[in-house]
Amino acid sequence: MSNIRQAFEKKAFIPFVTCGDPDLETTKQIVLAMERAGASLIELGIPFSDPTAEGVAIQGANLRALSNGITTDDVFALVKELRETVKVPLVFMTYANVVFSYGIERFCRRMAEVGMDGMILPDVPFEEKEEFAPVCRKYGIDFIPLVAPTSEHRIEKIAKNAEGFVYCVSSLGVTGVRKEITTDVERMVSLVKKANPDIPCAVGFGISTPEQAEQMAKIADGVIVGSAIVREIGRCGRDSVPVVSDYVKRMVDAIT
Amino acid sequence: MEQKGRFGIHGGQYIPETLMNAVIELEEAYEHYKNDPEFKRELSALFNEYAGRPSRLYYAKKMTEELGGAKIYLKREDLNHTGAHKINNVLGQALLAKKMGKTRLIAETGAGQHGVATATAAALMNMECVVYMGEEDTKRQALNVYRMKLLGASVVPVTTGTATLKDAVSEAMREWTNRIADTHYCLGSVMGPHPFPTIVRDFQSVISEEIKTQLYEKEGRLPDAVIACVGGGSNAIGSFYHFIGEPSVRLIGCEAAGRGIDTFETAATVNTGKLGIFHGMKSYFCQDEFGQIAPVYSISAGLDYPGVGPEHAHLHDIGRAQYVPVTDDEAVEAFEYLAKTEGIIPAIESAHAVAYAKKLAPTMKKDQIIVVTVSGRGDKDCAAIARYRGENIYE
Repeated sequence: MSNIRQAFEKKAFIPFVTCGDPDLETTKQIVLAMERAGASLIELGIPFSDPTAEGVAIQGANLRALSNGITTDDVFALVKELRETVKVPLVFMTYANVVFSYGIERFCRRMAEVGMDGMILPDVPFEEKEEFAPVCRKYGIDFIPLVAPTSEHRIEKIAKNAEGFVYCVSSLGVTGVRKEITTDVERMVSLVKKANPDIPCAVGFGISTPEQAEQMAKIADGVIVGSAIVREIGRCGRDSVPVVSDYVKRMVDAIT
Repeated sequence: MEQKGRFGIHGGQYIPETLMNAVIELEEAYEHYKNDPEFKRELSALFNEYAGRPSRLYYAKKMTEELGGAKIYLKREDLNHTGAHKINNVLGQALLAKKMGKTRLIAETGAGQHGVATATAAALMNMECVVYMGEEDTKRQALNVYRMKLLGASVVPVTTGTATLKDAVSEAMREWTNRIADTHYCLGSVMGPHPFPTIVRDFQSVISEEIKTQLYEKEGRLPDAVIACVGGGSNAIGSFYHFIGEPSVRLIGCEAAGRGIDTFETAATVNTGKLGIFHGMKSYFCQDEFGQIAPVYSISAGLDYPGVGPEHAHLHDIGRAQYVPVTDDEAVEAFEYLAKTEGIIPAIESAHAVAYAKKLAPTMKKDQIIVVTVSGRGDKDCAAIARYRGENIYE
């Protein structure tokens, strides 16, 4: 069982943070606080100039990080430091070109060296994954696929070939806080489970409140929250650590 | 695994899962309709009766004599309805979208020509239309913004990133993931995920099909060189397509070098970029060493894009086409030159192709033939060029 699977032994709360927003030291403190607050797995965003799957909140975080001059190597160095204490699985969330331009092989090797567990690339669908997934596998990295409300009959093949967990996109559109989630997430999860009973399903996109998290945790194995956290970091900057810590605690309490 | 829509190593479908079924549905519909006699008849009628095709192949006698080398023909896409080649692709895609039961078109636009063309087709076919345009470009091309609104479209100024064409594409893609069921993303160039580079190329290939026929009528032979400007590359691939299999025809794409390819203020992707993955495709992109997409610059809003269509990237790789940089200064000079010499005001985008033709023609023999695609007309650019020359004209 990979480290990622262990994160799903109970209902998993998966927070996201963009590395280097507002600076690397704050990101480090935020990740440490997230683990202390009960996060089961943490998604680390490597900033990209043109994040086409993100809404305004995470776009802003990417921009802030890049305007600080954050590079992929800085993020690897951050993870190396984090791994001195952090035990929960860590997963990168970034865009294909960040990995491709670094060299897929070199990128995955670095991931393994610093102790990363998985990778999510929202602009690499099933059809293009063979360029990335086998290299990830070679270095013990899970290449985590996404399924969307529009995936329908595609869910079967995606789920069957999934590693780590399946990221269930709760809504159409890009990342961002939503008042309501209208998609039939339960059906999406059940299609995943039907194709691959062992693979954990975590639901993300649009979730911000403890009520939404509780509702999603009833039908899935985990809940992912990005924009709501990043928005607070955008608002509080270097003072966001206690705010994020309290928020993660409340969300963890809501789903357990 | 089968990788679809590849041109050599380029192309592919690097898009969010949310859009995958939409592009698969589009591909299936296109594969069905492209050979459907009724679809072909309707599209051909739209091309001829509405857009004014075939566009003229005009012998530029004065330019030829003045440059003293190869004979120069201008493929007059500027004479199309809406003033550019963009209408060819848009009529095809709008008709296809209509057949697919879509009621709403969204599009990105740089200079505004593709936005105007999409708004036009939407008006004609009773479809709703929303155009995403970089805020910077809405200022540079204010007249086209008004045109789109006049045609009934909404124009959304995009303020993210560099507020130019690439950001308009990103925003249109984001909007498409938000609303797919009734909406077709009418992509304006031979870029993005498969099947767009193929669909757009096929609809634009009417340009080279006509050049071939028209030049046979006038000269009884193939051209020696075909020159077109390249941003994403739709008028260029349209101009090249039916000559790709004719090795005697040199294919030359003119990239916007901005202030020069040795500066950071350039948009010459093939000349200065490297292989990457962005906006749904693998191709060449202007980017830094960590894969961050570079802010690009050109006086031309339509060529101000950090990537190039995957088929062009492939034609470059195999040496079948040549991609040359043309600076702002050279393009502006050619803009003025064509106006004074032939009485034709080209789009500043097309002026990049004219500029290279001016360099190339004198090096060729008098019995050789160059075809230059004038992809659009330059009325939209007059105020900006006047400002470039220090005259304070505002539209």
